[in-house]
Amino acid sequence: MSERPGTTSSPTALLRARGIRKSFGEHEVLRGVDLDVRRGQVIALIGPSGSGKTTLLRSLNGLETPSAGTLELDGGPAIDFARAPRKADRFALRDRSAMVFQHHNLFPHLTVLQNVVEGPVHVRRTPRAQAEARGLELLDRVGLATKRDAYPRELSGGQQQRVGIVRALALGPDLLLFDEPTSALDPELVGEVLGVMKELADEGWTMVVVTHELSFARAVADEVLFLDDGVVRERGRPRELFVNPREERTRAFLHRILHPLDDEPSA
Amino acid sequence: MDWGLFSDSLWPIVHRGLVGTIPLAVVSFAIGLVIALGIALLRLSVNPLLSWLGRAYVSLIRGTPLLVQLFVIFYGLPSLGVVIDPWPSAVVAFSLNVGGYAAEVMRAAILSVPRGQWEAAYTIGMPRATTLRRIVLPQAARVSVPPLSNTFISLVKDTSLASLILVAEAFRQAQVIAAATSEFMLLYLEVALVYWVFCTVLSFGQDRLEKVLERYV
Ligand SMILES: Nc1ncnc2c1ncn2[C@@H]1O[C@H](COP(=O)(O)OP(=O)(O)O)[C@@H](O)[C@H]1O
Ligand SMILES: [Mg+2]
Repeated sequence: MSERPGTTSSPTALLRARGIRKSFGEHEVLRGVDLDVRRGQVIALIGPSGSGKTTLLRSLNGLETPSAGTLELDGGPAIDFARAPRKADRFALRDRSAMVFQHHNLFPHLTVLQNVVEGPVHVRRTPRAQAEARGLELLDRVGLATKRDAYPRELSGGQQQRVGIVRALALGPDLLLFDEPTSALDPELVGEVLGVMKELADEGWTMVVVTHELSFARAVADEVLFLDDGVVRERGRPRELFVNPREERTRAFLHRILHPLDDEPSA
Repeated sequence: MDWGLFSDSLWPIVHRGLVGTIPLAVVSFAIGLVIALGIALLRLSVNPLLSWLGRAYVSLIRGTPLLVQLFVIFYGLPSLGVVIDPWPSAVVAFSLNVGGYAAEVMRAAILSVPRGQWEAAYTIGMPRATTLRRIVLPQAARVSVPPLSNTFISLVKDTSLASLILVAEAFRQAQVIAAATSEFMLLYLEVALVYWVFCTVLSFGQDRLEKVLERYV
C-alpha cells in the first residue's frame, strides 16, 4: 500500500517473543509462547476458540500485559514481563504496531476520513492537510475514497473493516496485527477484506494474523502457528502444516474447520 | 373567572418567566454540567479517595431536599459571614444540585461507550485524557442528551423554589399579583399554565435534538 522502509526482506527479527505467559486470575491462558516475526513476514495464528490467540496478539502491542516472558522489538526495548513493565516500554510496543480488530472499533462519531487521520493529526501532530492527502491515498487503494465523508454506520461490514485497515496503516507501523478481521462479516464480504490483506502482504508489510480462513493462510502466510490451550502445539510452513500435520490435535482442529459436520477426523 | 385579570397578569408572568426563570435555569444548568463532569470523573477514578469523594457528593445532593440546599446557601451561609444575593444564591444551589444528578447520567454514559473504543484509541497512540476528550465524551454526550434534557426540564420547574428566597421569577410574580388581588386560584392556575407551556416547548425541542443526534450514532 505504500513504500515501506526496510522491507527489502532483510531476515532480521522485527519481534522476538520468548516464554510469554498470561493468567487471568487462576486461569493461565498463555503457557509459554515463543514467537519470532521477521520483517516482511506474514504469520498466521490458528487454533480453537479460547486457545489464547487474541490474548497473544494483544500482548504484542501492550493491550494485554503478560505475566511472564520477554518481548524484544528490533531497535527497541527488550521487555521482561517478570518485572512490571514500564509504561514507556508498553508505549514503544504500541507505537510500532497497529491493530485491526474483529469488530473494527471505528469511531462512530467521526467520518471515514476523520477516523483515518485521527491518529496522525491528534497524536503524531502531522499537519491536517498532509494527513488527509495521505489518508485519501490509502482509502483510494482500498477503493473507499468516495466514502471519505460517510459515517462508519453507513458502510457495509466489509467496508468498515477496510477503513479499519486504513486507519491502522495511516500511522505507518512496522507491524500489523489482525484479530480475526473477517469472522464477524457476512460470507460474501470476506473476500474484499482478505483481498486487501493479501495486497499488503505482497507489498512486504509485516503481519501477524489470527484467522480461520485457511485458504488465506495457505496463500499468504510464511508460517502458521497452531495455538492450542495456551501453547504453540505446532508450527510450520502452511503447506506442510495443513497437508501433513504432525500433531493429532492439529489434525483434529483442521478437520473440524474443513468438515464441521463430521464427528471423527478421518485418518 | 376574572378574564380581565387573567389577561392583564399573563404578560407580567410570562415576561418574568423569560427574563427570570429561563436564564436562571440555563445558567444553573450550564454550570451544573461542568460540576457534573468533574464529579463523574471523580466517581470513575481508580483512586479510591477520589472516587469516594465523588460518591459522597452525589449522595449528599440526592439525599437532601433541594429546598433545604437553597436555604442553607441563602439563609445559612450569612451566619458564617458569607452573604450572597438571591439570584447568585439560587444559581449556586441549583448548579450544585444539577451537578449531583447529572453526574450520575454522565458516569453511566461514559461507561456505556464500549471498551473497544478505548482500545482502538490506545492502539493509535492516544493518551487517556485525549481519548476521553476526543473519542469517549462525544459519544457519551449523545447517549446522555435524553436524560439530561429531562434534568433540564425538571430544573425549569424547580426554579419556582427560588421564589422562597425572593428571586424575581415567574412564580414569584404570580404570588405578588395573587397577594394584591386575592385571586389565588386564578393566578396559581395561570402560572401553572405558563410553566406547562414552557415545558411543552422544551420537550418538543428535546425531541428535535434527539432526532438530529440519532443520525450519527
Ligand atoms: N480479560 C479477560 N479476563 C478473563 N479472562 C479472559 C480475558 N480475556 C480472555 N480471557 C480468557 O482467556 C481465554 C483465551 O481467550 P482468547 O485469547 O480470547 O482466545 P481466542 O482468541 O483464541 O479465542 C478464554 O478462556 C477467555 O475466556
Ligand atoms: Mg479471539
